[in-house]
Amino acid sequence: MSTETANAPSEGGGSTGTTRYSVDNPAPLMTPPRARTARTPKSTRTNFELYGWLFMRLSGIVLVVLVIGHLLIQLVLDGGVSKISFAFVAGRWASPFWQIWDLMMLWLAMLHGMNGMRTIINDYAERDGTRMWLKMLLYTATAFTVLLGTLVIFTFDPNIR
Amino acid sequence: MPAGTLYRGREGMWSWVAHRVTGVLIFFFLFVHVLDTALVRVSPETYDETVAIYKTPVVNLMEYGLVAAVLFHALNGLRLVAVDFWSKGPRYQKQMLWTVMGIWGVLMIGAFYPILQHTLHSLSGS
Repeated sequence: MSTETANAPSEGGGSTGTTRYSVDNPAPLMTPPRARTARTPKSTRTNFELYGWLFMRLSGIVLVVLVIGHLLIQLVLDGGVSKISFAFVAGRWASPFWQIWDLMMLWLAMLHGMNGMRTIINDYAERDGTRMWLKMLLYTATAFTVLLGTLVIFTFDPNIR
Repeated sequence: MPAGTLYRGREGMWSWVAHRVTGVLIFFFLFVHVLDTALVRVSPETYDETVAIYKTPVVNLMEYGLVAAVLFHALNGLRLVAVDFWSKGPRYQKQMLWTVMGIWGVLMIGAFYPILQHTLHSLSGS
């Protein structure tokens, strides 16, 4: 190695063959790449990312059934999009089965999408402030949409008019 | 471009890119879709007028695009589960991607008429 500095003599040692490091001349200390420091956030000490990873796979499998079933009913079978109307929605939500189907789809899809977007923001937004604001916006929009959708399913009134 | 966004450019990378892009598109549609469905709490007329937008030819074509995105994301997602949980998954990831694309292609051909029949009928005047 030819990258000697004043404080770090090369490990090759001198012409005598013995190391130059000693109590009076210690080797430079290097921080290991993933060492925890005072600046490492406490929150990384949980298994949050593991549960997030697992949730994406489990919710994904359930969503394949829920969403493809939904698309089949709404867009493929029985004339495609032509048939969709207030009356069609009222007919489907008259059954608790479809209410629960739609409720589960809403919650799982929104949380699955939110976690995916969180990953993407963490990957591409490089500044701390940008990341924080984008995630705040994401969490606010997600909470609003999930609550609105839940309220609509539970308070639906076929005789509104 | 942020560091580490291009990785060798083979099947593994491009399916990962497509998974991200389709996921973001579907998520943005989801916001719009919950909002339009919420109009059932305003009045049947407001809801039906809004759903009429979904029946125009351009938006009908976008629905076919949405189904394309959802089907890819769903099938490739199952491939990801297989890569992560099946011991031989990583070895067959490439073959599984081409299986995904094959199933996707067949389903898209099958879905073409059912989804776009509304537009096809309205354009042919019947």
